[in-house]
Amino acid sequence: MNKDMFLSALRTCLSGLPQKDIDLSLDYYSEIIDDRIEDGLSEEEAVKAMGGMDEIVSQILSETSLSKLVKEKVRPKRRLKAWEIVLLILGSPVWFPLAIAAFVVFLAVYIVLWAVIVVLYACVLGFAAGSVGGMACSIIMFATHRTVGGIFIFGASLVCGGLAILMFMGSGKATKGIIWLSKKFLLAIKGCFIRKEESK
Amino acid sequence: MDIQLKRGLLDVCVLAAIKNEDSYGYQIIKDVSPYVEISESTLYPILRRLEASNLLTVRTAEHNGRLRKYYRITQSGLERIEAFKEEWKEIMSIYSFVTKEDLCHE
Repeated sequence: MNKDMFLSALRTCLSGLPQKDIDLSLDYYSEIIDDRIEDGLSEEEAVKAMGGMDEIVSQILSETSLSKLVKEKVRPKRRLKAWEIVLLILGSPVWFPLAIAAFVVFLAVYIVLWAVIVVLYACVLGFAAGSVGGMACSIIMFATHRTVGGIFIFGASLVCGGLAILMFMGSGKATKGIIWLSKKFLLAIKGCFIRKEESK
Repeated sequence: MDIQLKRGLLDVCVLAAIKNEDSYGYQIIKDVSPYVEISESTLYPILRRLEASNLLTVRTAEHNGRLRKYYRITQSGLERIEAFKEEWKEIMSIYSFVTKEDLCHE
């Protein structure tokens, strides 16, 4: 791949971004490729040194806010004609709820991901509380000479305590995983905004 | 290394690379890469972020018949490096405490 091919491929991949942002990235990569060539690399090698296109695009996306992408997508590329405005208003009962629905779905996925974390820690707390309560209960039962029941409750509280500790350790890992997952999710959503543009 | 930590470190490394004189993209990569792994695709968003938060400014100058962007550190950029040094003094003292504990057990 030569420099021009690389830059036009990058332009296509970024076409959902505002024009100014596209120009800035193209300038940057064009400059670095030229600098590498000046440093003694061939054009092919210089382009290769930039790394994979996916990595480049996801790095740029991770620094671009979702609202910027949405704004760019919604902003008309030219002045709307009168009939288009009429159509837009007439169609609003259809597209407006759809837009809200899309946003709510997006929000729901986020809430569900975070709910998993909350639930995990709630379980930990529940087991821990059960363990402490069981201990107290068994002491009372021993004191009032209900030995068999006391032993049972004591064992149950130990099990609860063990589960709480195990779950606490697992929850930390799960939280990290979910944070990673929600980042991927956001990146995927951002990707939708620029990839749709590409097929046009 | 932890991703968040590395991200913060890279910001400071890039600022340090332009601390004494203005520099350009490729030069920054060459200066920083012996210390931290940095690629063209990671540097680009860092430069944009630092520019947006006013830690550096950009000017365009001609070089060999083409344009090249030079990055200059701002006062807040310099302050950021100073703040980093202060933070690391604390971290280094914690580090020496942690490693001293190791010695006691040996």
